[in-house]
Formats: sequence, structure tokens, C-alpha cells
Amino acid sequence: MLRSVKLEGDTAIINAEYLDHKSMNRILKSMDSEGIRRVKIKNVYGIRYIGAGMKSNMDIEIYGTPGNDLGIFMDGLRITVHGNVQDGCGNTMNSGEIIVHGHGGDIVGYSMRGGAIYVRGDVGYRAGIHMKGYGDRNPVLVIGGEARDFLGEYMAGGIILILGLNMKKRMFNMRFVGSGMHGGVIYLRGRIDRLGEGVEAAEVNEEDMKIIGRLAEKFCRYFNYEMDEVMDQEFMKVIPLSHRPYGGLYTR
Amino acid sequence: MRDLSRISNPYRDDKVIDSCSLFGVIDLEGRRFPPKAPIKAMDIMSERVNGLGAGFAGYGIYPEYRDAYALHVMFMGRDAKGRTEEFLKKNLRVLMAEEMPTGKEMRDAPLIWRYFVEPKIVNDKCSEDSDNQIVECVMKVNNGIEGAYIFSSGKDMGVFKGVGYPSEIAEYFCLDEYEGYMWICHGRFPTNTPGWWGGAHPFNILDWSVAHNGELSSYGTNRNFLEMYGYRCTMQTDTEVIAYALDLLVRRHKIPIGLAAKILAPPFWNEIDSMDSKERTLYATLRQVYGGLLMNGPFSIIIARSGEMMGLADRIKLRPLTAAIKDNLLYLSSEEAAVRSVSPSLDRVWNLRGGELLIGRLRSVKTLEIPPVVGLH
Repeated sequence: MLRSVKLEGDTAIINAEYLDHKSMNRILKSMDSEGIRRVKIKNVYGIRYIGAGMKSNMDIEIYGTPGNDLGIFMDGLRITVHGNVQDGCGNTMNSGEIIVHGHGGDIVGYSMRGGAIYVRGDVGYRAGIHMKGYGDRNPVLVIGGEARDFLGEYMAGGIILILGLNMKKRMFNMRFVGSGMHGGVIYLRGRIDRLGEGVEAAEVNEEDMKIIGRLAEKFCRYFNYEMDEVMDQEFMKVIPLSHRPYGGLYTR
Repeated sequence: MRDLSRISNPYRDDKVIDSCSLFGVIDLEGRRFPPKAPIKAMDIMSERVNGLGAGFAGYGIYPEYRDAYALHVMFMGRDAKGRTEEFLKKNLRVLMAEEMPTGKEMRDAPLIWRYFVEPKIVNDKCSEDSDNQIVECVMKVNNGIEGAYIFSSGKDMGVFKGVGYPSEIAEYFCLDEYEGYMWICHGRFPTNTPGWWGGAHPFNILDWSVAHNGELSSYGTNRNFLEMYGYRCTMQTDTEVIAYALDLLVRRHKIPIGLAAKILAPPFWNEIDSMDSKERTLYATLRQVYGGLLMNGPFSIIIARSGEMMGLADRIKLRPLTAAIKDNLLYLSSEEAAVRSVSPSLDRVWNLRGGELLIGRLRSVKTLEIPPVVGLH
């Protein structure tokens, strides 16, 4: 384990090649308690649960392809991935930020309760499934490319923004968007012709555009885009028809 | 059988979060190689499996018997071997028979032999005739001879599988001594059915091999449908029906593979309703005639047959499958990380869409969709 770690100035470098997820997280936690604030993890091939449950403001940069459930339950970390992420990135994260320079797998942002995820490329199926917000917690998921079917499934709160920057047509090709959604909002840069049950498509208002502008600005900063090329299209939003779609299911 | 509950479920809770691992690689130029990379890739995904099953299918591994059917047989009962050999000699011409070369011992491993056979009377004009004879023999042995299971029956290919982790099974069968142009691999986390040697993946009949992550809730319906056509399920695992379904649809009913995939994972009725009339008739007919072969429930599968490796995920994509290309190699994998571990830089990598078949054919990659690229790939 010790041979996997070295210090360069104030940055700790971890070679992940011979580590499993338990030793990886043990190292990260001990570094955190030693007061190390910047960590680079190299040669990552499929290690799961990186940063699991860590309450910390540590800055972690990952080189390679981290495994499923990256940043699960994390509370405050800032994780930057130079590569693609797999399934369940940001699962039930509480706060902090995950910035992905590649693309994402399925269920990115699964059950997020706070913090933000920015993905430069596409994400897979069921992104933002069961995101929730309460009080000052309002999770954010921003995707530069496209998303697949069941985007925002069972969504209960938070904000999803899909930019579709790689799309040739302005029409999103995804089905069942917002199925079972009963809170939060999905912003789309483009149009959509198929929605899930219990949601509606609506025009964006001034308030919405302020939120979109704020998120787009961050996206541009992280991934070197110009605001003009991101804001050059019409936006729309998908919102739930009801806050409690199944409220009377057994009583009516 | 070894009690694995302490290893696979150390906290004795009633749910273990796991899932199978799939990996496949084909050299589109047809160059043969030992499965070193696939074994390493499977190791990267060890988190997905619990040691209760693993297997490999290699294509192009028996060039010296290219035209013979290679039967890999497990013997678990008394007299099973004697009775099987008697049956094979009576019904087929056995060109070569030997015990499967194996490395260090594994607990509970059955006796495994391989036989290179051909039909007694070969009809030159009709290779289908030979194929049908072999399928009939496989069904008769697996159903009629207690404790004998033919688990691999194709030409110039073979399945190697058992109870263990992928690296253990690879070592047991000395896979580094084989060379194939295509390998598909499976690591198992059994959910509903026992982890026994015959229940490991890939499942095979003739040229077809299938490795599967997921569970087929339609297994009963599929099995009943296939029984009408002479296929008898004996391996106690849902995946078996996929191999037989493909044999029935593509080899016997001559349905193109792309369309067969639309039988296993058909478009939704409301999508069929919005097609133009010719397409609508086609897909409605397929659903009506072959409704019994619709595979319901979550799945991602890697399918192999000579010269082709294919990937398919269920329509609403409840299991992962990633494809990647590097030079002349096409990869399919449950996780991208596994591909990166053997090929850190890739020409492109993408996640398959649910219900859309990806075909990698010798000297071509055919897909219904390779999406555009954003970000790092």
C-alpha cells in the first residue's frame, strides 16, 4: 500500500494499479485526516466506490476509468475525472462536485441529494433517476452531450440540464423522459417529441434562463466552451404534472 | 459442493449486490491469439462475480479438426462416460477422443472429455442435415444419459466452463495453450439457479455461444416454445434458451440475425403502430409468430458464432454493455474499465443502446448505430 503513494509538493499521487476499493478509500481517508487537500490518482481501472461517504473538501483528480458508484454518498469532495465514468456515478451524493471530461454510463446522478455533476460528453440510461431536493439542498446534473431513455425517472427534486452539444438535429432521441417524475425540473437545449407519463413540456421563463445561464457558465469554464455556442439555441423544460401522482392510488 | 456462502456473503445478509461480468474480443482480421487479455480483463471485473461460475468460448481453436464437430462433455454420474461413448460410437463417427487437458485440480470438477466427431453419412449438398443430427445427439445425451452433459458442440470452437472465478477456470483448462481469433467470457453471480458446472456460461449449441448478464423472467414461456421444436433445456439456467432460440431462428428458420435480435428484443407495440405499413406488418407478424421467444427481463448478452461477435441489451437497457474498437480488435464488455485495462488507448468506445444489435464480423463492424463522439474517447 505504501509503495502506491508519493508526495509532490502539496499534492499526493496515488498509483491505483495494485489497489482495491477498500485500500483506496482507506488511503484517501488517512490523507484527509493528515490534512492533504490535493490528490491525483493514476492508473485507475475499474476501482469502485472512490471517495465513498467522505466528508471532506479534498480535491481529487482521477486519470483512467473509475469503476461504478464513483463518489457514492460523498459529502463535499471535488472529483475531476480525466476519462469516462461508468454506472452509478454520484450515487446518493450529499454535496460536492464531480466533473467528468469524458462520457458517463447508466444511472449517473442516481438518487443525488445535493452537490453537482458536470459531464462533458453523453450519459447512458436513467441519468438523474430519483434525484431529490429539500430545503437548501438542490442537486444539479449538467450533461454536455445527450442522454438516453428514462432521463429523470422518479425524479423528486433538483435540476437536470442536457445541452446536446453534439447533436446534429435539435430533436432529442430519448424515450420515457421523466417517467414517474414528481418534483424538480429537466431543462433541454432542443426539443423532444416523446415524454414519459405524468410530465409535461413547457416554455422556459426568465427565472429558468437565469438558472440555465448560471449552470452553462460553469460548464463552459470546466470544459472550455464559449457561452455563445452553448446559449445559441432555444431551451425548454420538462416538469411534473403533479407533486403526488399516486397520492390517491389506494384511497380514492 | 463447496460452501461458498462465507465468501460470497460474509455478512450473512439476505441480499448481495453483485452482477455477472461479460467480456468479448474479436480480431476482425482473423488473427489468432491466446486469451491472455480477456483473462486479465475479467479479473478487473471480479467485483461483479462470486466464484460460482465462469467460462470462456474460443473460436478458431481447433484448426487441425476444422471440419469436425468438437463435443465437450461433462460426466457427473456413474456409467455416464461409458454410456455416452457407446451412444456416440453408435450414432456418429468419432475421429478423436481424449480427456480434456487440465491444470491443477479443482474441487468438485467433473470428469471432462472432448470428442471430435462427424455424422456417419454426410450429405454434401445439405450441411444442415449434419447440424440437425448433432443437435439431436446433444439433446439425447443431455436428456437421456444421467450425469452426461454435452456443453459445447461447434466446429473449430469450444466452450470451457465450470464453478470458480474466471482466472481459476482459465488456469484449470490451460487456456493459455489455445489460440483463437475470438473469445467471449463470462463471470457468474448466480441469482435464481444453482451455481453448478453445467450452469456456468457461455451456453452453446453448434456454432452458437451466449454469455449473459441478467435474468429472463420469460424463461418458462421461452422454454415451452423451444420444446415444440425439439430443444430440451437441461442446464437449469435461463440463458440456455437464448442459444437454442438463435439456432432455431437463424440456422433453421433462416431469419437474418439482425431481425432475430428484433424477435428477442422487439420494438414496443406503440412503436410498431407508428411504423410505415410494410414495416408495421413485418414487426407485428414477428411478434405474433415468435411471441414465445421474446426475452423479457433485464439482460445484456454477448453472442458468438464463427466469424461474428454480437452484443445485445434488453429494450429498456437494464444491464450494461460497452463496445470499443482499437485497430483490428472489437471489444464488448460489462465495464469500460476492463477494456482499458488491456488496451488503455481506444479508437472509440461507446455504450450500446437497448434492443439494438451490434455485429462485429471478420473484416467489418456492422452496427445500427455508432454515436458521434464528444469528450475523451
